Order: sequence, then structure tokens, then C-alpha cells
Amino acid sequence: MKLKIKSLLETEALGNIISKKLKEKSIICLTGDLGAGKTTLTQSIMKGLGIEEYITSPTYTIVNEYHHPKKVFHFDVYRINDVDEMFEIGFDDYLNQDAIMIIEWADIIEEIIPKDAIWIKILYTDNIDERLIEITGMDLEEHYENFRD
Amino acid sequence: MKDIIILAIETSCDETSVAVIKNGREILSNVVYTQIDLHKKFGGVVPEIASRKHIEKIDLIFTQSLEESGLNFSDLDAIAVTYGPGLVGALLVGMSYAKALAFGLGIPLIPVNHIDGHIAANYLAFPDLKPPYIALIVSGGHTHIIDVLDYGEYEVLGRTRDDAVGEAFDKVARTLGFPYPGGPYIDKAAKDGNKEAIKFPRTYLEKDSFDFSFSGIKSAVLNYLNSMKMKGIEINANDVAASFQEAVVDVLVEKIIKASLKMNHKEIIIAGGVAANSHLRKRLKEEAEIHYLDVFYPPMSLCTDNAAMIGAAAYYQFKKGIFANLDLNSVPNLKL
Repeated sequence: MKLKIKSLLETEALGNIISKKLKEKSIICLTGDLGAGKTTLTQSIMKGLGIEEYITSPTYTIVNEYHHPKKVFHFDVYRINDVDEMFEIGFDDYLNQDAIMIIEWADIIEEIIPKDAIWIKILYTDNIDERLIEITGMDLEEHYENFRD
Repeated sequence: MKDIIILAIETSCDETSVAVIKNGREILSNVVYTQIDLHKKFGGVVPEIASRKHIEKIDLIFTQSLEESGLNFSDLDAIAVTYGPGLVGALLVGMSYAKALAFGLGIPLIPVNHIDGHIAANYLAFPDLKPPYIALIVSGGHTHIIDVLDYGEYEVLGRTRDDAVGEAFDKVARTLGFPYPGGPYIDKAAKDGNKEAIKFPRTYLEKDSFDFSFSGIKSAVLNYLNSMKMKGIEINANDVAASFQEAVVDVLVEKIIKASLKMNHKEIIIAGGVAANSHLRKRLKEEAEIHYLDVFYPPMSLCTDNAAMIGAAAYYQFKKGIFANLDLNSVPNLKL
């Protein structure tokens, strides 16, 4: 499904809605250009999950772990050049845990992402404050009204 | 008094490093993998993910480090290791190696916080430096303002709520077409640019907050570049670099000076890769002089990740008897 968001407030609302549908072992894959808003959407999802810490960017560390009140692994694979590097940092071990995973730039490691993952693509539009969001693997139909043009 | 010799291991992120440190202040050896190998090949320090193959390198680095120190196993008083924050897989390599050494030699194991190491790097560069002072840690992964009360005693006054400052530099550099890591290229391009050319936002957050937010300026630069592209206007990369750098430095300098004045400290130390930024150094020095504050920067080799800084921090834990058992675990999200 596709929807449009026109402000930071709408991003936060979308993140909150998504967060309520996540369970252990849910995997969210975020794609989109630099500055599209992947980290902002992640922060909104995490907030919806009840995580109160600062959600800082894991670009440098590749993964940040959160344990309260839910176990969440926040990946950013921007710096990964080869999927083998993911196994070297223990990606399998992270996958095997009962945690929610959010992976920014997931398209870089698409071949090793489990099939049942939720993909969220964030696209720029002609309007600088607006984004087109494409979601596959998660049904948000009942909320569609909130984000229609 | 007998000299205390500590062998330190750092594998928290990209670098594999082993150092031997005497009395917390003197470097007997400090071997960093990326510096011995890639340095020659590319003419600079290139952090690369593949260097996370710590396990393949640590033996070599350890052997070279001990050899360069001119010491033997029997001269070592303790083994220090970074136990967080960092990547769990990377941390575990150094940790397992350190535990094996400590167990085999029958000497204490000292667990060190990586951020504590960045602060302690200054003790290696400045033999007379003593707490209390204010520390600004600015790197690809960290942005912290810390009140250093005593050796190993800290209060975090502020930190980033989203992107680290070094990361903002790298991402803006990438969109301007500079190689990775892009910090030094921004620094260089900015010298030929007009820092007043584009008015990028300065994010100060709440009044009196020492926290940072750099995702706003990153987005502002990207939005600027996109809108210029849409309008078909050619951009001046030097002006963008200079204007971006000025905005970031404005915020860093204002907050660190405010923190020093509030805590009534006379000395400011800077560490982490971004401490190499020439504009930050210049502006901070000017501003500090106005307020009669002294600013210290360790040399670049001690700003980026290295084991010497871990050995320096470990010395003060050794004196206090802060050791770990062999069941020590890595803590990827360790706080200061």
C-alpha cells in the first residue's frame, strides 16, 4: 500500500500505528535516500514501543540494542559493503533472538533478510516537506483514511 | 615505586589495537591494525568494515605490540580490555583474548569503558593534565559533553539525541561527492568557501540543555541540495561545506564553553576523530581565550580508536582496585 505523509507529526503518527502491530521477531526494513526520514520514522516506532531512551543513529556502530520495555535491535547497514560482513558481526545471532528488528538501508543486505519481513520505502516527492511511503508485508488499511491525499 | 605495566586491548568497532602502557601516562607500544596496513596503501587511515575481522588480526597485533614494547609476559601487571560500548561480536574477540591472557598469566583483568578511554587519551598526550575539567568527545559514533570530576568519575552533561557529529560530517560529505570518511574533505573544502553563503539551522534544543541534535542540519543540507537540483541551479560545494561546518561548530563551541563556565572548570579537552577539524580548533581556541580557558587536543593517532587510551584509563582503575572476574561480559550499550 502507498500513503503520503506531509509533516513530522504525521510521521510520528504513522510510527505509532506501525509500532502497535509489531511483535517479537517482527522485522522492519527501511529504505530511502539519505535524509528521507528513515531514522525519524524509526524513532517514532520506538517511541510507540515505549522506549524512552534517546534513539541515536547506529550508522557508525551498525547496531544499537534496546532492552526496555521491549527488546529492539536497531540496525543501520549504510556502511556495509558485503553481506558477509553481516555474518561477521553476528547477524544470525540477532535474528535468532525474540526481538523486534528495525533495519535502515536494508536493501543493501536484501539477500539475507527473512522472507516475512515488512518493507517500508520512503520516497521524496516534488514537495520538500512531503514523503511517499510504500509498505509491503504489513496491513494498515484500517488507518488509510488518516494519510490519504 | 614500582612501575605499573598494563597491556590493553581495543576491538569495540573497526580497529583492532593492542598497546602496552607504563604508569597510565607513557606509551611503550600502540599498534592499530588500520594504521600499519592500510596506511601505506591509501596514504591515510581508512576505517573499513572488513577490519572487523578482529579475530584474524589480533594475534599479529598482540605479538607486534609486545615486541615493540621491549617487554616480556612477566613484566605485565594487568590486562585491560574495552567491554563496551560497541559491537557485541567485535567486543567479544578482544574480551576473550584478554581473559585468556589474564588467566594464563595469573594477573588482574581490568574492564574499561570505551568513552573513558577517549578521555584518558589526553593523559598520554599531556603528562600534567589532571581532573577536574570538561571533555568534549566528538567522533563518528559519539557526541558527549562530560564533566570529568576525577579519574574515572564522570557526569555526562549532554549527548546527541540522534546523529553523532562525525556522522553528520560524513553524510554531508557523501552527498557533496567527497570520499569516505568525509570529515577532512569538508574541512578542506570549507577553507575555500563562504561560511555565510547559506544559512543552515543551528539546533540548540532547550535553553540550558547541553544535549545535541545533528539530524536537523543534515536534512537541511540535503534539502538545500535537492531543491537546487530541482531548480537546475549549480551548487558551490565549498560554500555548502563552509556553511555546514560553521553551523555545527557554532553549536559545539557555544555548548562546551557554557558547560565549562557553568561547572567552573578552567580546562577543556577534546577527543574523538572530529577533534581534528581545524575550524573547530580555531573557533574553540578563540572563544576559550576570551573566557581565560585552556583547550587541549590529543594528537590524531590518539583521537581515533586505539588501545593506548584504554591502557591509560585502566591504570587509574588498577590503582583503585577495580578489576573484573573472568565471567565479564561485553555490554554493547554501556553508558558512562
